[in-house]
Amino acid sequence: MPGLEDLYREIILDHYRNPRNRGELETPPALRVEGFNPLCGDEIVLYLDFDANGGVADIRISGQGCSISQSSASMMSAAVKGKSVAEIDELTRAFKAMMSIHENTLEGAETAEPIDAPDVKLGDLEALRGVVKFPVRIKCATLAWNTLAQGIEEASA
Amino acid sequence: MAVSVDPIDGTAMKAQFPLLSREVHGKPIVYLDSAATSQKPIAVLDAMDDYYRTINSNVHRGVYMIAEEATNRMEIARALVRDFIGARSSSEIIFTKNATEALNLVAQGWGRANLVAGDVVVLSHMEHHANIVPWHMLVAEIGIELRWIPLDSEGRLDLTELDTLLNGAKVLSVTAMSNVLGTMNPVRTLTDAARKAGAISIIDGCQSVPHSATNVQELGADFVAFSGHKMCGPTGIGVLYGREELLEAMPPFLGGGEMIRDVRLDGFTTNDLPWKFEAGTPPIAEIIGLGAAVEWLNGVGMDNIRAHEIALTEYTISTLHGRFGDRIRIHGPSSPAERGGVFSFDFDGLHPHDISQVLDQHAVCVRAGHHCAKPLMKLLGIGATARASVYVYNDTTDIDALADALDATGAFFTL
Repeated sequence: MPGLEDLYREIILDHYRNPRNRGELETPPALRVEGFNPLCGDEIVLYLDFDANGGVADIRISGQGCSISQSSASMMSAAVKGKSVAEIDELTRAFKAMMSIHENTLEGAETAEPIDAPDVKLGDLEALRGVVKFPVRIKCATLAWNTLAQGIEEASA
Repeated sequence: MAVSVDPIDGTAMKAQFPLLSREVHGKPIVYLDSAATSQKPIAVLDAMDDYYRTINSNVHRGVYMIAEEATNRMEIARALVRDFIGARSSSEIIFTKNATEALNLVAQGWGRANLVAGDVVVLSHMEHHANIVPWHMLVAEIGIELRWIPLDSEGRLDLTELDTLLNGAKVLSVTAMSNVLGTMNPVRTLTDAARKAGAISIIDGCQSVPHSATNVQELGADFVAFSGHKMCGPTGIGVLYGREELLEAMPPFLGGGEMIRDVRLDGFTTNDLPWKFEAGTPPIAEIIGLGAAVEWLNGVGMDNIRAHEIALTEYTISTLHGRFGDRIRIHGPSSPAERGGVFSFDFDGLHPHDISQVLDQHAVCVRAGHHCAKPLMKLLGIGATARASVYVYNDTTDIDALADALDATGAFFTL
């Protein structure tokens, strides 16, 4: 049985209590994009400033949610700030691979590695690996990333 | 405050519910999510099992013996439901998939036949999505107007402007009891006001019918919707009570077998009530299960269940406030007489998801989320709540377990 310490790693609680990049950016020039988790009512608002090449020059987060969705958003913001579109795309795929790999196996399968995950260092984000043992919480962890992907798509459209 | 006497023995009651003897994470389960769905007593499980083992056959078709038995068993269940809610006739008891389908049946059946652009439907701020979205669909389709009864600071309906809201309205559709706040609404006052204004009244009885004696005639409602699975019955079965005169005048909802008297190449004529609204093979085992649930509830006594829940509500509120003081905020009316056993709460500023996750490790099952009442959540200024809800099989040991687990939750997140 997975224990609470698998889910609530210290670094997650730290990002939850001291969220990074919390706030808003002026729109325009920033793009404002909202994400919802219809299951629990969590909502996240991202403010994205893009550089000339479409990379994320600056990011702010507002909204409300559980410790997993809030800390995941905080970690994501730290990981993607100042990164190019290509780098963010790799990070996103690596993170989602980490989140979805166990989705069908539900419990255990700790040794399984993402099959087509890019070889990227996830850093702090690794702490969220334990979330996959709590399948109903995976959507909490991926909310910020899905919202970011939506923002990048809107910006490039 | 006087302590109410609880007529129900928790230990004996729990023994009738097989699921309540299981363990979760190595601890005995503490089930506090009956507002979402209730557990099922042996009597209900046996009735459904017996149907499949001994009389499984389609109803209202075969002339052989087991088909007649199945048909009889199903219609006995309908009569049990009729008497349980005090309806005049079995023709007024329509079986649906769930309460959501029952409310959609009224909106799509009565609504589309009787409402035109600009007609007013009055709802309240505490409605479940099932009593909001079907009307939004008619806003989009027909162009009706929605008005909303506001709430007071304790989460009760604020009826000061009720007559104004109902002025010119065609429909009043409100819940008898909030699935978030636990508020029990003054249904008779509401239906009287609707009738005076010339509006029909629809009552969402999902949270009230399982927990207190219901008489649809005394309520004065034109339609009442409720679900089987919240009243010790199975999933997949709901009920729409409708006044016969209104049901007769309504066009059918779904078309198919069972609901017809005659089908020709150029058209069809509908069957009699209630089958006119029951297209296709019905959920026979579920209907029989619901009938068994009604018999079981009658055996316990609905007044005993209500008295039990008042006593448990007093205990819950005083225990949680006593142990946690300002750390906990329980939404809804503070008086147990004005509310049912549904406790949405905020605790230590923690997100409900995080609370319910830790509670689960202590085998305590509560709901976390918006409870399909997002407009109410917005009004309360919160995204979600944790919600504990009790029923006939809960007792003070469950509430003590909840409080202990909340204690552990607070400790975990402040480390």
